[in-house]
Amino acid sequence: MSRLAALNASWLRLLAWAERRLPALTRLRAKEPLPIRLDRRRIYVVPTWFGLVFAAMLFVMSIGALNYYNNPALLLTAVLGSVCVLSMLIAFRALDGLSLERVQAGTCHAGDPLPLELVFAAGSRLRNGLRVEIGDVAAVFAALPDEPLRATLALPTQRRGLLAVPRICLWTRWPYGLFRAWSWLNPQIEALVYPRPEDTAVPLPQSGREAQRSVAQPLGEEFGALREYRARDPLRAIAWKASARHDRLLVREPEQLTGEDYVLDFDALPALDLEARIARLTRWVLMAEERRTPYTLLLPGQRLGPDLGSAHRQRCLRALALL
Amino acid sequence: MRLDRRQFDLTALTVLCATLLHATHFPFWLSLGLIAAIAARWLQRRRRPDWGKPPVLLRLPLTLALPIVVWLTYGNLFGLDPGSVFAVGMLVLKLGESETPRDARAVATFTSFVLMAALLFEQDMLTTLYVGLGVIPLLMLLRALEPSGHDVPQPVARELLRDGRAVALNLFAAVPLAVLVFLFLPRLAAPLWVTQGAPQGKTGLGDSMSPGNMSDLFLDDQPAFRVTFDAPVPPPAQRYWRGVVLWRYDGRTWSRAGGGPLDPGRQELRPLSPEIGYEITQEPGRQRWLFALDLPTSDAPGYSRDEDFTLAAARPIDKPLRYTLHSAPRYTLSGLNTLQRQRALRLPEGFNPRAVALGRQWAQQYAEPQQVVQAALDLIRAEFRYTLSPPPLGRHAMDDFLFETRAGYCEYFASAFAVLMRAAGIPTRVVMGYQGGYWNEAGSYMIVRQSDAHAWNEVWLDDRGWVRVDPTAAVSPDRIELGSGANAAFNRWYGSEWLLALRNRWDIANHWWTRLVVQFDEISQRGLLRGVGIDQAGWRELGIAFALGMGLLAALGLWWALRRERGDADLVDRAYAKLCAKLGRRGFARTPSEGPNDYLYRVLQQRPQARAALEPLFARYLQLRYASSDVDDTAAQDFARAVRRVDLAALHGS
Repeated sequence: MSRLAALNASWLRLLAWAERRLPALTRLRAKEPLPIRLDRRRIYVVPTWFGLVFAAMLFVMSIGALNYYNNPALLLTAVLGSVCVLSMLIAFRALDGLSLERVQAGTCHAGDPLPLELVFAAGSRLRNGLRVEIGDVAAVFAALPDEPLRATLALPTQRRGLLAVPRICLWTRWPYGLFRAWSWLNPQIEALVYPRPEDTAVPLPQSGREAQRSVAQPLGEEFGALREYRARDPLRAIAWKASARHDRLLVREPEQLTGEDYVLDFDALPALDLEARIARLTRWVLMAEERRTPYTLLLPGQRLGPDLGSAHRQRCLRALALL
Repeated sequence: MRLDRRQFDLTALTVLCATLLHATHFPFWLSLGLIAAIAARWLQRRRRPDWGKPPVLLRLPLTLALPIVVWLTYGNLFGLDPGSVFAVGMLVLKLGESETPRDARAVATFTSFVLMAALLFEQDMLTTLYVGLGVIPLLMLLRALEPSGHDVPQPVARELLRDGRAVALNLFAAVPLAVLVFLFLPRLAAPLWVTQGAPQGKTGLGDSMSPGNMSDLFLDDQPAFRVTFDAPVPPPAQRYWRGVVLWRYDGRTWSRAGGGPLDPGRQELRPLSPEIGYEITQEPGRQRWLFALDLPTSDAPGYSRDEDFTLAAARPIDKPLRYTLHSAPRYTLSGLNTLQRQRALRLPEGFNPRAVALGRQWAQQYAEPQQVVQAALDLIRAEFRYTLSPPPLGRHAMDDFLFETRAGYCEYFASAFAVLMRAAGIPTRVVMGYQGGYWNEAGSYMIVRQSDAHAWNEVWLDDRGWVRVDPTAAVSPDRIELGSGANAAFNRWYGSEWLLALRNRWDIANHWWTRLVVQFDEISQRGLLRGVGIDQAGWRELGIAFALGMGLLAALGLWWALRRERGDADLVDRAYAKLCAKLGRRGFARTPSEGPNDYLYRVLQQRPQARAALEPLFARYLQLRYASSDVDDTAAQDFARAVRRVDLAALHGS
């Protein structure tokens, strides 16, 4: 067992060395800006295990055919063999000319999967059986001619902060599983992972400022309480009836900014360590958003708010993630 | 991961195809059992997919039973027949436990071997074609095992059609490389291990003759051999294809006595007519006899010629064989020693007393042997009937035939004639071979079928040597003049013109298949480069030719793989891109953010003298691209032409 582990370790060392010394082979050296276009210099093709076994069978068949001086059998073997060779070119063509145009990363809290959408330009070729792999996460997709190609992966996350998207393996065994063509994509993309909110919901701190407590009142669907739709407004905030009347998308302003607001102060939590403080602040931000109460986030050297809404929430979470 | 329904169905189909290809040479019950096993497994997988593979308690006994069944059927586990049963049985058993893609891949790999094994039994064009068709489900299976990435499931029929078409296209594209490899792959000088000849299911002439054993042959339409002549084709009456000469008679069966090799000193063959050269392509059979037009004046190199001019190979001819011979249709053949005379006169004691008596009576009645021969022929002509279904004969077969039934075909006549002649003291032997042959005009060759099998006699006349006598010709002259089809009523169905034409064309295809593919060997390989003037190519030349061919195909393949599609840009866009490229070559590359106006402005800023050339072009582009929604084709072509012809000399210098 230990020998196996040692073997494995030395294999990994060898791989690391190869990646260090032969960057052309592994494409680990540098992050590349988008778009990344695949061409013959970065597509590799090797036979799969099945391909090797099949080739061995073809070899046995050809020896048999030669030994029996049986030409039709030899012809059959030759046809199967050249189908194999052809399938290598097909596998190459499935990747060649593919170009990674955009990587759209969603957002998530640490520990949740990060939705990552890869958008490829596929050219005018039908490409089947393409697979994307990042670590253990994989997806299979196909490209129709002249249609942008979207592959969605859910990337596991562990830590808050900027996540450099790891290198992506794009590969295929199409059409017969005899050859594996692959290419490494190492795009210069970073995704933001929000901190993980504290598991237990500690009550929000009472505002330091004395304010008259008044229940926030939604203003209904008067025109004055509506505003134009902006990207990332939640769907449920859209005032459908009013939108239909005015022939454009209108959004209900969620809340009047009156009444009490929360102050979420980083320095007011001295008893906790950094990560715990961030976790609690994150939870509070989410809670305040849920209650639709304006809040101010005080971080060392930063003051965000008072405000409310998805934009403010994103700003706060971003600040917390990068702290 | 488990095979889905489509994947499993294709696995079953692949196995079924391979099994069907072998079913023809399996015992009937075995083929039926294998197909039933496939069907049972398929039904189980469809109806009760949750059962998974059958339990070990079922599979293990079946696996153990397989070699036992093979042993009981063939008495042997090795060799072609038992081996193929074993292989197909294993394949079906593997299907029984196939649940994962890995299993299915194993099935596909093994199936390709089983498909090849089918070709060890039959090499004709049709079988090869069937085997080629068997490759299609195999490749479709491999294709189905790879997830395609299309998330919308298609109807099964359409998916099958699409996959089938893709695979067929793939096979088609693979042909050039396959042919190149096939042509140039070095053939073995000697087999690596000793191979038993494939047991041919085909009939053919045996090495002995007894009344009734040829009747199967007359129903067999398979070709026996094909002949091409370098001289005019001999007339029907001369188309006697001599096979094996029989001397020994035991009262029922004529068989071959062990004669020595031909000794040219003792036997004198004198041609009386110009010799005919011809080449025979003989189909494989169980026997080792070669066939020659009566009578061969030359040897087939590498094959023995016995004293009675029987040509033979050392082993049964188990693959198509081609040889060149010369014959003289008219000849005298003299030289008969005492031993041969004895052998040619011997009759068994206690058989056919009436026939022997008649022969002796003739011997006393006629002075000349020729008169005896004539008497026998007259008797046959007067009293006998030609039929392919003669009545059965008793112990004294020739007595029964000569005096009771008086109906039969060539075997009966040849046998009875020989008995009469020997009784009359005239040395006689029986010759088995073929008589006739159909001249295929379109293919310029003669085809001789098994149904042309024939037997006749040779009698020794002291003044003329061995003389061919065909008693069948006396009773049924049509049999000789028109060939076996004349008296074969069962063949009438293809009497119609177009069917005959179709049949002939099909035979031509088969003929070429045999000549070009089945018989391709090292000698043909060396002649490959005859077209470029190398008569006998050595390995060096062949290697160079192979490398050239491979290089060409590789270039073609790489061109196809590396070629980039020209996008979906229309003519106008392409022409504009070309214009930009032209300008780019002269140092004015368009930046991606630049529109036509900005671009032109920038170029003209630096090279005002190019205004005359460029401004109308850009104006036309703007007009075509932005002024109207649909572009007039001729205008677009005009623009493209203008771009092609634009003179950018003004861009040089400042």
